[in-house]
Amino acid sequence: MTAMIEIRNLNKSFGGVTATDNVNLTVTKGELHAIIGPNGAGKSTLIAQLSGSLRPDSGTVIFKGRDITTKPAYTRARLGMTRSFQITSLVMEMSVLDNVALAVQARQGHSFRFLKPARNVSSIREDAMKMVRKLGLRKRADDPISALSHGEHRQMEIAIALASGAEMMLLDEPMAGLGPEESKLLIDFLLDLKGEKTILLIEHDMDAVFALADRISVLVYGKIIATGTPDEIRNNADVRHAYLGEE
Amino acid sequence: MKTLSKTGWLTFAVMLALAILPPVFFLTGNAFYLDLATRLVILGIAAVGLNLILGYGGLVSFGHAAFIGLGAYAVGIPSYHATWGGFDMVASYNGLFHIALAVGISALFALVTGAISLRTKGVYFIMITMAFGQMAFFLFQSLNVYNGDDGLTIDVRSELPFINLDKPLHLYLLSYVSLVVAMIVVKTIVNSRFGMVIKGAKGNNERMITLGYNTYIYRLTAYVISGAMCGYAGFLLGNFTTFISPDMMHWTRSGELMFMIILGGVSTVLGPVLGSSTFILLEEVLSSLTIYWHLPFGLMLIILVLFIRGGLMGLLIRKGR
Amino acid sequence: MDYTLLFIQTLNGVQLGLLLFLVASGLTLVFGILDFVNLAHGSIYMFGAFICASLTYYLGNFLWAVLVALPLTGLVGYFLERIVARHLYDKDHLDQVLATFGLILVLDTSAHLIWGPEGISVPLPAWLDGQVEIFAGAVIPTFRLLIIGTGLVVAGGLYWLVNFTRLGMLIRAGASNRTMVSALGIDISTLFALVFALGAMLAGLAGMLISPITEASIGMGGQIIITAFVVIIIGGIGSMKGAFVAAILIGLIDTLGRSFLDDIFQLFMSEAAAETSAPAVSAMMIYILMAIVLAFKPLGLFPPKVR
Repeated sequence: MTAMIEIRNLNKSFGGVTATDNVNLTVTKGELHAIIGPNGAGKSTLIAQLSGSLRPDSGTVIFKGRDITTKPAYTRARLGMTRSFQITSLVMEMSVLDNVALAVQARQGHSFRFLKPARNVSSIREDAMKMVRKLGLRKRADDPISALSHGEHRQMEIAIALASGAEMMLLDEPMAGLGPEESKLLIDFLLDLKGEKTILLIEHDMDAVFALADRISVLVYGKIIATGTPDEIRNNADVRHAYLGEE
Repeated sequence: MKTLSKTGWLTFAVMLALAILPPVFFLTGNAFYLDLATRLVILGIAAVGLNLILGYGGLVSFGHAAFIGLGAYAVGIPSYHATWGGFDMVASYNGLFHIALAVGISALFALVTGAISLRTKGVYFIMITMAFGQMAFFLFQSLNVYNGDDGLTIDVRSELPFINLDKPLHLYLLSYVSLVVAMIVVKTIVNSRFGMVIKGAKGNNERMITLGYNTYIYRLTAYVISGAMCGYAGFLLGNFTTFISPDMMHWTRSGELMFMIILGGVSTVLGPVLGSSTFILLEEVLSSLTIYWHLPFGLMLIILVLFIRGGLMGLLIRKGR
Repeated sequence: MDYTLLFIQTLNGVQLGLLLFLVASGLTLVFGILDFVNLAHGSIYMFGAFICASLTYYLGNFLWAVLVALPLTGLVGYFLERIVARHLYDKDHLDQVLATFGLILVLDTSAHLIWGPEGISVPLPAWLDGQVEIFAGAVIPTFRLLIIGTGLVVAGGLYWLVNFTRLGMLIRAGASNRTMVSALGIDISTLFALVFALGAMLAGLAGMLISPITEASIGMGGQIIITAFVVIIIGGIGSMKGAFVAAILIGLIDTLGRSFLDDIFQLFMSEAAAETSAPAVSAMMIYILMAIVLAFKPLGLFPPKVR
């Protein structure tokens, strides 16, 4: 079991509020690790520090054996880590296909190519189209993102993370705002990815978490109070007291 | 053969008119109209260049007149020294050298100011580009060697092979061809992989960064290209007016350039050309009617912003791009 | 070095800084609360000067003219907000910049229509027109001291406004968020108009104070607006404290640079070289300062809270 990402003694506070309190966590290669916790537990702050959009106050983040604590977000992405956003974050004025194509293009190294129209680069087009088909959005490939439904946006978030070819995906509440039908589709989609990709999943939907996760960590007030298999977490007294018991 | 879209036909028609009408006017003894056309075509090049970052890149630069001014001084200063002596390093009438200098200096200025400006975003970016533009303005205003505020008369135009810029028709045709090339360059860039990154960063910069794009470098590159295009337009403008002054760099000139783009339609290749044409023609007509022509001009701009989305291109092409 | 000259120029720098602060404070106030970029702020400064100039001739006294011109400039601001600005709050910054650029054309031409193309000089009452000897050799025009005094009083008033009132609380919170403002039970529409009018009065006051020195003229707004932008960029857009610090800093650097850079350059280059390069460098100095500040602090010296 090799570690994909290792978080050591990570701390972050805003003013007087501690958002990340000495977090230690290792996600192994191919694992689907879920982080649960009440609102305001600091889950999104943690993701932001892993993806590089926030700098931790102290601590280290090791990704594939490299210290990336001070690396900018685009470098982390190039090393093979990508994230999805809690609030849909796509290029709204571009088409479905172009959004996915941008992710594929990112995978191919730098884009200082000025002459050939991007739409004629077959290696990008074909990969992107494959992904769009997989999502069942083939007929809408040329529609602007803004014309899609909320559920389709959530799917696109995952699709773009996938298309970027990243080995590790940080998914920030992918099910947020989905109906039961749509959630189920997305859960199936993620189940297909299990083992193939390393996934750190933040999610409120407990059914989804327990159906998907290999291991679960519980984050309360910035602190990890427990880590274990779904069964262990279900039976953990601290967790039941601090979190599950309240619901 | 692919049939031309509505936008394609419009572009074709406008460019055809610009190719034929001004020379015909000139040859039939209406030199004034060729002058007008030369000015709008040259400003069209600058507007097309600015639109690369403003329209497609979403970077609202309010200092692009500085690049035009730098380009014009890249003609004026060498020509001045070639006539009056001094500053042997640049003293020359050679037009190719002028072009290289105009493009080089404005690209360098874009690189330095862009590197700082692009660290910021939104309102900060607007104001900083504006401030850097003003910096160039004040710099040339303080250079007494080149008459500071009073400006510099270009006694000898740039000398180019096969082209005689003293002949209005030659100057116009060079400007026209340059405009066509500028449009093709921008069109090619925005459709390329590089262009996709620029457009993507406009829509959602954070997403682009998390995909692995160092958007700062892409934007800086686009900023430099755009600045260099305006510098080239400045080279033409200097040869056209044969009088250059810091006033060309004043921030209100940058504002006018933006006005042209918004008037014509952002993020379209033809928009800036339509915009610069309409702007120059309106200016001509209104200023001949009243010295207070800025009043209706300003009102138009306000109305344009409040009510007309997409500018003239939006009005002419009803259904998207 | 001539210390008397240094003293006088320092006072001049402070005076310029305080005038800049008056303009910049209104700009930063409007931006901080309304999230609105107002290029036409300089035109209001110009209107203040012209209104004051006309009233000085009408009322026969500069000070009375200022007292009457202040509410009038506020009124100009109020109507500008009602007629134009409020329709732009929901637009992006590009639209705001362009529309207010259009507004400049309209306002400057209106001033041209009303007052004609020539500048109007503004006479001071005799007791303000004299000079004061602060110490042997250091003679300062009385009026400049009045400008400094007024600037400091207004700065004090704004300090109170920002730190001890509900409006100030909103400013400090970086409240461009309309829902938050309305959640506090304030009639936002009126509040915005009042904020705008206050900003206009501040800019107008600066214009009135400068008019006896330079005269009221058409182009004056376009010049000061950019420097005011540099001030609020360096200070941090939306920060009143930043605007004050940066305004004084720029006032000093600009004034001292123009008078002493020449001498400083002569320490390490020939006189001829210094005489050519000093004006060029001093013209660019505040922009170089801006570039340096931004290189280290992209959001300015006192960045406002995350919005």
